[in-house]
Amino acid sequence: MKILTGNDLKTGAVTWWDGVQWSLHVEDAVDVGDHAETILARETAARRVNAGYAIDAVKDEGGVRPGHIKERIRALGPTVRIDLTLKPADPEAGTWVI
Amino acid sequence: MYKYDSYDQAMVDTRVEEFRDQVKRRLEGHITEDQFKPLRLMNGLYLQLHAYMLRVAVPYGTLSSAQMRMLGDIADKYDRGYGHFTTRQNIQYNWIKLEEAPDILADLAKVEMHAIQTSGNCIRNTTSDQYAGAAADEVIDPRPYAELIRQWSTFHPEFSFLPRKFKMAVIASDTDRAAMRLHDIGIQLVRNEMGEIGAAFYVGGGMGRTPMIAPLINPFVPIDQMITYSEACLRVYNRYGRRDNKYKARIKILVHELGKEDYTAQVEAEFLHLLSQNIEPPLDELSRIKAQFVDPPFDAAAPDTIDRSDPDFALWNDTNCLPHKKPGYIAVTISLKPVGGIPGDASADQMRLMADLAREYSFDECRVTHAQNIVLPHVRKADLYTLWQQLDTAGLGTANLDRIGDIIACPGLDYCSLANARSIPVAQKISERLSDKSAAIGELKLKISGCINACGHHHAGHIGILGVDRKGVENYQLLLGGCEGADTSLGQITGPGFDEDGIVDAVEKTTEVYLAARQDGERFLDTYRRVGMAPFKEALYG
Amino acid sequence: MAEPQYRFRDDEPVGDPAVTVDSFGDQSNAAAVRIEPGDDARALLPHLERIRLVEVNFPVFGDGRGYSAARILREAGYQGELRAVGDVLVDQVAFLRRCGFDAFAPEVPLNPADAEAAFIRFDNVYQPTIDGRTPIWALRHG
Repeated sequence: MKILTGNDLKTGAVTWWDGVQWSLHVEDAVDVGDHAETILARETAARRVNAGYAIDAVKDEGGVRPGHIKERIRALGPTVRIDLTLKPADPEAGTWVI
Repeated sequence: MYKYDSYDQAMVDTRVEEFRDQVKRRLEGHITEDQFKPLRLMNGLYLQLHAYMLRVAVPYGTLSSAQMRMLGDIADKYDRGYGHFTTRQNIQYNWIKLEEAPDILADLAKVEMHAIQTSGNCIRNTTSDQYAGAAADEVIDPRPYAELIRQWSTFHPEFSFLPRKFKMAVIASDTDRAAMRLHDIGIQLVRNEMGEIGAAFYVGGGMGRTPMIAPLINPFVPIDQMITYSEACLRVYNRYGRRDNKYKARIKILVHELGKEDYTAQVEAEFLHLLSQNIEPPLDELSRIKAQFVDPPFDAAAPDTIDRSDPDFALWNDTNCLPHKKPGYIAVTISLKPVGGIPGDASADQMRLMADLAREYSFDECRVTHAQNIVLPHVRKADLYTLWQQLDTAGLGTANLDRIGDIIACPGLDYCSLANARSIPVAQKISERLSDKSAAIGELKLKISGCINACGHHHAGHIGILGVDRKGVENYQLLLGGCEGADTSLGQITGPGFDEDGIVDAVEKTTEVYLAARQDGERFLDTYRRVGMAPFKEALYG
Repeated sequence: MAEPQYRFRDDEPVGDPAVTVDSFGDQSNAAAVRIEPGDDARALLPHLERIRLVEVNFPVFGDGRGYSAARILREAGYQGELRAVGDVLVDQVAFLRRCGFDAFAPEVPLNPADAEAAFIRFDNVYQPTIDGRTPIWALRHG
């Protein structure tokens, strides 16, 4: 699947396109098919996203999994500071990115 | 320390308001990200892997305690309670909000700090020896000269859109503690036979994907022509540096392609012309700056002995302290490399504690080192034990300066959008694995970069590690024999790379080969230079 | 020819079309020349007395060679119009002015309020250039 990611213009937070708006959680990301450019152009112009782009991902039992480790680290947070990630209570969260 | 006058303060304050205006225009949609990006970069604001990142300049690595305290307060107020000290003596915050960035710059300006030119294709923060003004072996304190360069390079109208970024370092000792020859311009202040101070210019060094050691292009530029000569070096680069390929755009490629002689001839011709333009600040200005770097009021009666009865303290004293030019004093390195920690990271509380300790024990002053540690430059030997106890309690007393646990590491793929692999977890594992053998191994500088841009100085590590992306999987290459000191050399790659656990094993094996082969008193680097790569390769791949 | 949006001169603008640097020497009646980033501004120095307009082109704002070209001409005594054309952005005009440009013809016109603020934002400067502004070190030492 193709999903969209970018950053929130004001806060810089990593965001994912959930079909309606931008979510902090990669598991909300939806397949945008061939519409990546259209959505990004509209959302960028409206300043709802900054520096957005499309990436490959797969959907498995663990949810939406970006194809590249860089995007998986973006989705989680720094693996060396799990306390600052989106899963601060899960000490094993870092293994998901590998 | 240098104190801003009303002119310096107005420059920084005006810049804050300019950036506030630029941010407003961006948030209101008057400018696009493409137009805004160079503006925010000129103010040190990146869009990184997780958020905006702000890089704050620490000119020549020198901080007052008020400045260090403010860095800690900013970490709490605008970030997530910590900051990362970098190999260019700067500090980075990882979780910045664009809408708050102008307020951070305003807070920095209150303590005479800024983020000007910490990114972009311009002259970056000028770095120096972290022991400047304290080291017993320096010809002169290099910081006034670095301050002169700071002012000259700030908002330089001709050199704000160079082919690529431009980094300068100024030292004044034969022992190079600032990796001077790995800079675009490295200046070593020297004294000639008449006793006059001059600047030896090394131009065209750098790391990155094409590491080069800067050649000496002029052994003695009179000190009242240093700025003019720098301007000539830059003008030749601005006109003829490559702009067709960003990976060939650094000055090292120009110097290499033209050849040292041709580049130097062009600089000398431009220099002759520029001498007629009267652009050099007068010596009065240098004197004004120098007057602010006079020695603090050292106590001539300070006892010159240290009670070393506590063995843990004695170990730290042996490892982390450097002789001072004044009897009764010593320069102290606070390690930001606790075993298993994140190299260069400091919490807001640690920053405030270091600020307090600098005020109480080091004449209000501390330094950031290119090895991502903090120095208290002027500590009374009589205070050393008390100081160490406070550091130790706060997790800042690790005795590992220049040891295998004192790892330089870039933020890597945990934070950086340019990285190909993570650096920090590798540093943590190596530090945990080998900390027990640290004393036995002795001096060993290990440096890790998460991509070929080499922010972690892997080319210059006695042991260097380069993280690469191999078909989407992190892979680590091992280099041996690099050195950033006076005998600068570039590390050589051992062979095929390793996975994360494999690279930790490989480093351990490398230290075992060294320990078995070492002859009396040899450091790792000495043994490597004597025996060469072969026995290491044999142990790693044989 | 690009008409300047800003011109800090009182003399009559030159209407002649600008010619390239490499052909300028052979066209003894030409008074206007256009410098591209790769051109050597010093090639014009023998002809300065008959040049009345130099256009310096910035095809992309990040290519800063035109700043050096401008200073070289001014340092050699060039008195005619020096016009920045092309991808000239508002946040560059102060630097360009300091390097000797006295006319600006941006491809995309600048927002007037932003441009006016940018030209005068900084009261003082650290470096002397041919623009004649007194550097801070000179103010400090009278």
